[in-house]
Amino acid sequence: MSLPHDAPKGTSLTDATFRQLTRGTAYQLATANETPLDQMTRKPTVRRILMGVADHAVAIVLSVAVLLPFAIVFLTAFMTQAQSGTSNLWPSPWIWTNFRDALKAFPLWHNLANTVIYAAVGSLGIMISSIFTAYGLSRLKWRIRDWVFVVVLAAMMIPPQVTTLPLYVLYAKLHMTGTLWPLILPNLFFDAYSVFLLRQFFFTVPTEMTEAARLDGAGEMGILFRVIVPLTKPGIAAIGLFSFMYNWNDFYTPLVYSGQSTAAQTLSVGLSLMATSQHQQAYQMQMAASLMFLVPVIIIFFLAQKVFVEGISITGVKG
Amino acid sequence: MSSQAITDASGAPLAPQSAPDLPDTEPTTTPPRPKHRSVTKTRWYIVVGFMSPFIIGFALFVLYPVVMVFYYSFTNFKQGSLLPVHFVGFQNYVTLLTGSASQTFLISIKNTLWMVVVLVPAETIWAILTATLINSFKRSAKVYRTILFLPAMAPVVAGTLSWIIMMNPAGPVNQFLARIGIHGPLWFGDPNWTKPTLVMMTLWMIGNMMVIFSAALLDVPRSLYEAAEMDGAGVIQRFFSVTLPSITPVIFFAVVTEVIYTFQYFTQAYVVSTAGHANLQSSTLLGYPQNSLFFYTTGIYQQGFNFFKTNTASAMAVLMFIVIFLITLVFIRGSRNIIYYEGSA
Repeated sequence: MSLPHDAPKGTSLTDATFRQLTRGTAYQLATANETPLDQMTRKPTVRRILMGVADHAVAIVLSVAVLLPFAIVFLTAFMTQAQSGTSNLWPSPWIWTNFRDALKAFPLWHNLANTVIYAAVGSLGIMISSIFTAYGLSRLKWRIRDWVFVVVLAAMMIPPQVTTLPLYVLYAKLHMTGTLWPLILPNLFFDAYSVFLLRQFFFTVPTEMTEAARLDGAGEMGILFRVIVPLTKPGIAAIGLFSFMYNWNDFYTPLVYSGQSTAAQTLSVGLSLMATSQHQQAYQMQMAASLMFLVPVIIIFFLAQKVFVEGISITGVKG
Repeated sequence: MSSQAITDASGAPLAPQSAPDLPDTEPTTTPPRPKHRSVTKTRWYIVVGFMSPFIIGFALFVLYPVVMVFYYSFTNFKQGSLLPVHFVGFQNYVTLLTGSASQTFLISIKNTLWMVVVLVPAETIWAILTATLINSFKRSAKVYRTILFLPAMAPVVAGTLSWIIMMNPAGPVNQFLARIGIHGPLWFGDPNWTKPTLVMMTLWMIGNMMVIFSAALLDVPRSLYEAAEMDGAGVIQRFFSVTLPSITPVIFFAVVTEVIYTFQYFTQAYVVSTAGHANLQSSTLLGYPQNSLFFYTTGIYQQGFNFFKTNTASAMAVLMFIVIFLITLVFIRGSRNIIYYEGSA
């Protein structure tokens, strides 16, 4: 496997890494149905079969261990208070009232609505703003373009702990703390990670195609929406899904900006507050709420697993 | 990751092959472009138009806060305070070492470095091991990958609460250990065990690193393995002399990312420390038990949003910013010497 284009001189790690990562994905997709290396290079022997069995044994034990916390969320959500938190994993009896109790004691519907708004509006905003920025950084020709891209990459490195301090002061002045605006606003303009990922996807469209459209008299908007966007729908979907999941699971920014008011608290914050309320030992209620929180992302993950795995292989940045 | 080099790769497509219906012309990255292509610069107002979301967003949500956090760190500014703001020089930085916050400040550095030293190697080794395991399967690889990747998608708060239940002193894990004759520790309740337990939980949450290494390992050229096998190298020798050198760029990339993210470690520690304590201010619980989970980010949060000492918190944030900036620079620099390139030697 080698790329058609050799790396330019003065290449450095990130370039090599990136090529390796992207090639890895392409290669993985291309060879998904081929025989793994071990089976190509070694003849089938008893030893190899035993090794295979051992591999499976390790993988199954590992899988069970990894799934255990999920099982605990699910099973505890149906336990009585007396049984929750004990070593009994199987609920006896199964009760369904934990969901009702949790919803009654905590503003979970409100938290859920906030989370949905933050995740949906935020990811939509990121998709739209990133399309324009990524196009500007990949297909428009201007002098300091590549330096601006370095700035985008540098922005990915800035921790939220740094930016939230002054932004909180600003939002407090504008009376925006305790609303969803501080969470959503940045997404409407700029998300470094999404711009980075989408720009890479835009480069997969051959320049010949955009240049042909340009010769046919298409303007920049025409090229973007008639050529680039239709060809990079998977990439746009990827940044949308990543942002949705990131916002859905986000904890630090909602914690900081919601202040003490429940008005803008998301499920992450609401859930952490359950564990510090007078119901702090009501594991069964916490897990019932966690289950409500968990199910949507798991469904999305299973529907779009390929998008996530490929997106992570390409950058691997967002945790 | 920040490097100009990615810029150079601008023409490198994700899929190696170009569209089949196009004439096989020269690669798009070759510097002298054919004359029929438009090389003229885009008109400035079009560039500004397309880049305007970025320009506004970057100025408002990146540039402004970074400048202001430096500014606050040299003033007496406190959120909500009505006192006139004036410059105090390096006093906030001195306060970190000598003032009321100095004790937790030093503890937070110690705890954060502990996490970097233990968690980063653990994550990397764990990711390589699980990726190797997954790649050894043919049909079932996808199933195992899905399972091991799943926790990375789960909301951190929900995952952490579930671990608190799982690891509680009377919970299922200790019961299982008792059955095989081991007296389990208090896990999140014992200051000596909190960080190791947190490391285990974080390993559970990092399926994305495994995916990266899985892709990288599949990319190691088979010819290298075949050559090594002909030379009589065993499985372990092949791993150290073929696999590891081939994936050093990815390891380097992963380690730097992990270091930066470990410096930002917050949510899990916050949830573990505050959970299970009713009607207490979270500020008094941060780092519980015995400050064993008091990390650098915990300190910034406490100073900035519990005590509203924006100046002190800003000084801490500036130091964090500088450290992460230096790591990024080292990353770009170091990358040129340490790593292996296919066909370079």
